[in-house]
Amino acid sequence: MDNEFTIDEQPVPFVPGQTILEAAKAAGVYIPHLCFQPDFKRHGGCKLCTVLVNGRTQTACTHKAAVGQEVDVNTPELDAMRRSLVQMLFIEGNHFCPACEKSGACQLQALGYEYEMMSPHFVELYPHREVDASHPDVLLDFNRCILCELCVRASRDVDHKEVFAVAGRGLDAKLIINSPTGKLGDSAFAVTDRAAHVCPVGAIIVKRVGFATAIGERPYDLAQISAEAESCELPEAAK
Amino acid sequence: MATSSDVVARALARHRTDPTRLVQILRETQEELDWISPETTRAIAVGLGVPITRVQSVVQFYSFLYDRPRGRYRVLFSDNITDRMLGNAALIEHMLKRLKLRRGQVSADGAVSVDLTSCTGMCDQGPAMLLNNFAITRLTPRRIDEICELMRMGAPLGEWPAAFFRVDDNIRRRETLLTPLQPGVALDAAIARGRQGMMDEMKRSNLRGRGGAGFPTGVKFEGARNAPGAQRYVVCNADEGEPGTFKDRVLLNSFSVRVLEGMAISAYAVGATKGFIYLRGEYKHLQEQLQRDIDVMRASGRLGTSIRGAPGFDFDIEIHMGAGGYICGEGTAQIESLEGKPGRPRVRPPSMVLVGYLGKPTVVDNVETLAHCTEIAIEGGASFAKRGTKTSTGTKLISISGDCERPGIYEYQFGVTIGRILEDCGAKAVTAVQIGGASGVLLTPDEFSRRIAFEDVSTAGAFMIFGHDRDIFEVVRNFTHFFAHESCGFCTPCRVGTAIQRNIMDKIAEGRGSSYEVNDLKRLVEFMKRTSHCGLGETAGNAVRDALNKFRPAFERRLRARDFAPAIDLEAALEPARRITERDDAEAHLTEG
Repeated sequence: MDNEFTIDEQPVPFVPGQTILEAAKAAGVYIPHLCFQPDFKRHGGCKLCTVLVNGRTQTACTHKAAVGQEVDVNTPELDAMRRSLVQMLFIEGNHFCPACEKSGACQLQALGYEYEMMSPHFVELYPHREVDASHPDVLLDFNRCILCELCVRASRDVDHKEVFAVAGRGLDAKLIINSPTGKLGDSAFAVTDRAAHVCPVGAIIVKRVGFATAIGERPYDLAQISAEAESCELPEAAK
Repeated sequence: MATSSDVVARALARHRTDPTRLVQILRETQEELDWISPETTRAIAVGLGVPITRVQSVVQFYSFLYDRPRGRYRVLFSDNITDRMLGNAALIEHMLKRLKLRRGQVSADGAVSVDLTSCTGMCDQGPAMLLNNFAITRLTPRRIDEICELMRMGAPLGEWPAAFFRVDDNIRRRETLLTPLQPGVALDAAIARGRQGMMDEMKRSNLRGRGGAGFPTGVKFEGARNAPGAQRYVVCNADEGEPGTFKDRVLLNSFSVRVLEGMAISAYAVGATKGFIYLRGEYKHLQEQLQRDIDVMRASGRLGTSIRGAPGFDFDIEIHMGAGGYICGEGTAQIESLEGKPGRPRVRPPSMVLVGYLGKPTVVDNVETLAHCTEIAIEGGASFAKRGTKTSTGTKLISISGDCERPGIYEYQFGVTIGRILEDCGAKAVTAVQIGGASGVLLTPDEFSRRIAFEDVSTAGAFMIFGHDRDIFEVVRNFTHFFAHESCGFCTPCRVGTAIQRNIMDKIAEGRGSSYEVNDLKRLVEFMKRTSHCGLGETAGNAVRDALNKFRPAFERRLRARDFAPAIDLEAALEPARRITERDDAEAHLTEG
């Protein structure tokens, strides 16, 4: 047998060493994700890419594809789980889409639409979190951070600056900044860093370019997030 | 008085400015300075040549590392359900009143703070507390008064009565493991069998991991031995954090020969040259004596190079202290912690057996599992396998606490029934038993004929007994607080799910729950089990699930009759308005409708 497994009973080829998510992306099959991006070390924390592999739940971004695996992606039960995960991320932070510059380009919001999240379902936690506007070019709004650690990985592995880290445990886990004051403005961070452009939500916002694209004309206003599987990359405007 | 920079410099030097020693450096620094100030954080980061965020993320991860002053005397009351059943709430209240403090607050003179902590492993002699990480057991109002007085006088801990810190073994029943062992006998037996011979006996014994998972130890050893690479490690998992478990405390205290030689034997079979004991921070009181035991072992040629004259048998052991974190009992999280990082479970595969400590093949085994290796070395696997059942060989230590006459450690062959254990420890009028700790199972009298074995009731050995007058709802509510506190925060379902679970239980406890919450709990438990990254989230809802199935009335009597009650408590929400307007008359309150 060739290097092939199935997703929802359709054959999908893979290169040995590829994860299920990578193979699916290459084949144009959509599996939802937030903390995964092809350029960075795998993480596996958001759990949006949870699939069934031979009947067992696994994280598609960390689980290697193997010959003959039967993977279920689109089942009502998995979709319900993903909806719950999105709802949990919404109630954990303070996400007010109508007032957010990322609206329409935000992957969390887009997944809310994708999985027909009609309400937050769980009781909002309304945490108290400060914003960090100290950097001349970039605003940090921790209210929207979902702890995907993409900026942590980008800053560490691509920019070689290690500007971000996650500290604390459980609900107290939070993004912290590597600078004498703990403020982004006093760190080595620059708007040209890769880390400035990987946030899937509106936690890292580049200043003075707000509303360059009108709300209603942004990527996920125009197409479901599941359409992104057509290419391995995010739509340019969503970066 | 040493300056803080001296203290940091010495700690860094002791650990060769090695960033993988960060948890140890921080623990030792804090022991002298009482907390990790921003200056200390900076000095350690500079000294190690790492970003300051790496130090901060470690400090903020572990419960016993403080980035804010917590006083010279830091009181942490153990808050397991067994401590509560022994009346810790009144004692905490008493102490706070005497000190005129609120929980979590530091006294005005900067001397004392009082707070809660997860189970400290003293359930057989509670209520218990940790004072600057040292356990104080059998608390009474009088002892609380004495402690307050000593703190008021500013007496150094070393001058306090030794009786305060006495920790008893409370061994109530022995089979083969809890018997003394002459130093060297087991090691000699292993060497006589040869490395392959010892490995064969391990597999023949069918010994399975005593930490709860039950993985065949011989298979694990063989995997590590066959893994590519020259350097291998053995880790003794003494992070006994499961609420209700305290057997490893006893093994380390009185049977360290078995534990340490068990480590050496496993190293011999696996081909490891270095071992760590990951000792939970709560067992600080064992650190010194265990270090002495290791030193004696080395001095007598049972550690070091060419152990007992066997060429090429080189092995040494180092103690690594934990700093408060249940999750570090998970194997990969423990390795992260050993490497000086926050204890977040790794993505598996690769297995630790292939890629473990510093990326090298590593076996992480429970204290009790390693102790059993001495039996197997001496008598052989076949003889060992005669005890217990076919698929659960050998004996098991059970940590018994709660409503019974004789709490303590009981050793049984696998296959013993729960009813027999209850009879032996003098438990009467039992409503339920929680086996396996907060993450375990809640069993009711109709299930007491079930057996302790991997094929039936599998457990690391926690056995908490609840009598007829106990409220099972409060038992599981305590567990939900435990998991929300201990979730590492890495994955969404556990980080947020454990908090939601706790909040729903609290809402029901306040009498504001409805059948909506009960149904939501059932869904949530199943959801966490299916989607969580590691065992913590997978098991965090077990007790709630069992209680919902078996003690539904304990929930129902707290529910409002209607289908749904909003999350917001309008009456409570009016409180700020009442305060501002300085009103408390009837008109300023809502009447229940």
